[in-house]
Amino acid sequence: MPTTNDRLLLIKNGRVIDPATKTDATNDVLLDGVRIAKIGAGLSAPDAEIFDASGMIVAPGFIDLHCHLREPGQEMSETIETGTRSAARGGFTAVCCMPNTQPVNDNASVTRSIVERAAAAGTVQVWPIGAASVGSKGEALAEIAAMKDAGIVAVSDDGKPVATARLMRQVMDYCNSLDLPVIDHCEDPSLFAGGVMREGPRSVRLGLKGIPAQSESICAGRDVELAVLTRARLHIAHMSTTGALECVRHAKKLGVRVTCEVAPHHFTLCDEDVRYDTNYKMNPPLASRADRTALIAGIADGAVDAIATDHAPHHPASKDVEFDRAPFGIIGFETALALTLSELFHTGKISITRLVELFTTGPSRVLGNERKIAVGSPADLTIFSTDLSWTYRASESPSKSRNTPFDGRAFRGAPVATIVGGRIVYRRELGATA
Amino acid sequence: MLQRLEHLLGIEDLTREQISFILDQAKPFQEFQRHPLKKLATLRGKTVAIAFFENSTRTRISFSTAAARLGADTMNLQAEASSLKKGESLLDTVRTLEAMRPDGLVIRHSSSGAPEFVADRLGVPVINAGDGTHEHPTQALLDALTIRDRKGHLEGWNLTILGDVLHSRVARSNVHLLSKFGVRITLCGPAMWVPRELETLAPNVRRVTRIEEALDGADVIIALRVQTERLHEPALAAEEYILRYQLTPQRLQLARPGALVLHPGPMIRGLEIDGAVADGPQSCVLEQVANGLAIRMALLYHLVGGAAVEPPPAKPPEKAQ
Repeated sequence: MPTTNDRLLLIKNGRVIDPATKTDATNDVLLDGVRIAKIGAGLSAPDAEIFDASGMIVAPGFIDLHCHLREPGQEMSETIETGTRSAARGGFTAVCCMPNTQPVNDNASVTRSIVERAAAAGTVQVWPIGAASVGSKGEALAEIAAMKDAGIVAVSDDGKPVATARLMRQVMDYCNSLDLPVIDHCEDPSLFAGGVMREGPRSVRLGLKGIPAQSESICAGRDVELAVLTRARLHIAHMSTTGALECVRHAKKLGVRVTCEVAPHHFTLCDEDVRYDTNYKMNPPLASRADRTALIAGIADGAVDAIATDHAPHHPASKDVEFDRAPFGIIGFETALALTLSELFHTGKISITRLVELFTTGPSRVLGNERKIAVGSPADLTIFSTDLSWTYRASESPSKSRNTPFDGRAFRGAPVATIVGGRIVYRRELGATA
Repeated sequence: MLQRLEHLLGIEDLTREQISFILDQAKPFQEFQRHPLKKLATLRGKTVAIAFFENSTRTRISFSTAAARLGADTMNLQAEASSLKKGESLLDTVRTLEAMRPDGLVIRHSSSGAPEFVADRLGVPVINAGDGTHEHPTQALLDALTIRDRKGHLEGWNLTILGDVLHSRVARSNVHLLSKFGVRITLCGPAMWVPRELETLAPNVRRVTRIEEALDGADVIIALRVQTERLHEPALAAEEYILRYQLTPQRLQLARPGALVLHPGPMIRGLEIDGAVADGPQSCVLEQVANGLAIRMALLYHLVGGAAVEPPPAKPPEKAQ
């Protein structure tokens, strides 16, 4: 097999949108292996493979700030190999995997094993997130500096909040000195108290234990105050409530370095959609209709920095149980862009440039790295169509899991090609229009 | 034409006509309870699986007796004796039962939605005998039968439900059922047990926290059991509940004269209800138990016996190899 990195790839006639360089123009992009070599109209390169991107959007490579790849330890549900193939189909060129594996990614040897496994079997880049505390147990600080040397891009005890304000303060102080963002899963455990969906009329009707929205906002408020105290970089994961969004707005007004992400299911569905179907069970739970409206407003006006999937695969048998016994979470790589297009772009709530920002420069700013289409930049690109009609079939996913409420949903717009390191790692078959 | 019921999973999705039909079907079975020989051959050869994944005595005995009096055989599964403790999933457990070819499944489970989960995956009629804090449809039907018998009709009465409404499947099913008949419903209890969201369950539902206000003008009162084993919240001291919410003879005076008192049982005298009220002329507690049998016989007759009889196989079934 030839070394593909030596190959030239010329992307012709795409609409290049790059929020970082404020570009929105039809152009050709020439990739020479791992870098962008040229950008301009009417480029030609006799040896290059040509990709015709006419009518498509060429964007910087999409970054997912929040996913679970389940390796090591829960390979029945997902592996780095299957998860990154699914990510590539979703247009993601890099994914940040949460540390709640078995064992927890709380030391450099686990981090290294993830990085090595991703290099060997990963379709897209894998950027691990390290645990904030040992075992994510909320007691002692994890080996954060050593994990940073091994490749983590942030820390989090995701799956649960950093347990106490005191520990959070220490994590923030320490991570600030290491220039790492701290990502928190905001939840007050005493209010959460075994709940399985958002508290409200629907939870009362279904007889399912409710979790009040304040479970999230109280913790977000704590974290924002600690970010004021420590001046650390705080990122609120999978934000789902108006209260938490208001905390972020407040922090941004103060100039505190606080960012946040929203998952596609939280701007698409709400608690009224919940049925006795465990594909509607996630944490944070689907919020109220009013919260969903507030989240969309935050996405549109810039208060929200990124869209992140919270891709949370669970083996089918573990989800095929009573609602209150099922694990939380749904898969999300392959529906993220399509849901954003369908729910936010085609409805006129956000521009196409804003959409691209939410998947590219937005998440890159959270991580403090750079994402742009410029000569010399990494040859990681996402090419997508805003109009392609297709139907999502979970059964066709390379993911090992099928837990999604969007199976069978018809969409307008989809990733067409995912390019990592100058190589097309996913290309959509366009011949057969289903 | 009345829509034939496939399962009985809850009251919420039933129409008023379907409910009236079931209540009417129960009438002959009420009479039947007074016969000296209480055995019919209606369901002879049919098997009803009764799977209780949560402790219960009364409802289980009621269903078993109803099946027996219709001539059906029963397969009984109780959680404490089942393989659930060994880690078997609900789905595998009920599939095992299904493999023994029952003609109907009665299920009680501590998870809300479990009967629907099972009904979606099995090919037999499923009757919900109480799921989590969701619904207890046969209780609501037997309560409605009791009220209809005593008061002549269901329409237009004022109903008050007292107690831990949030965690009560009996309350939810009763609210859904009686609201469909235009009953005005008042829910009353300590504030954390009657969240305002309950007012959105059905039309004509209000919540109040003062029992005096709740009983004023009531035609029917349902006192719920204070479910100490189901309290997710910090428990309220029993003395506090008694002080503010116990149904006493004095408080009963606030209701309309002759107001009915129902209780789904098991009843804790001296806690949610004073013994004098429980034993008084307005109490319907024992009629409820008798009506439970009639309702459950009617449902089994309808769901298990009423299914189209499968044509006999043209050839004798092949022997297992």
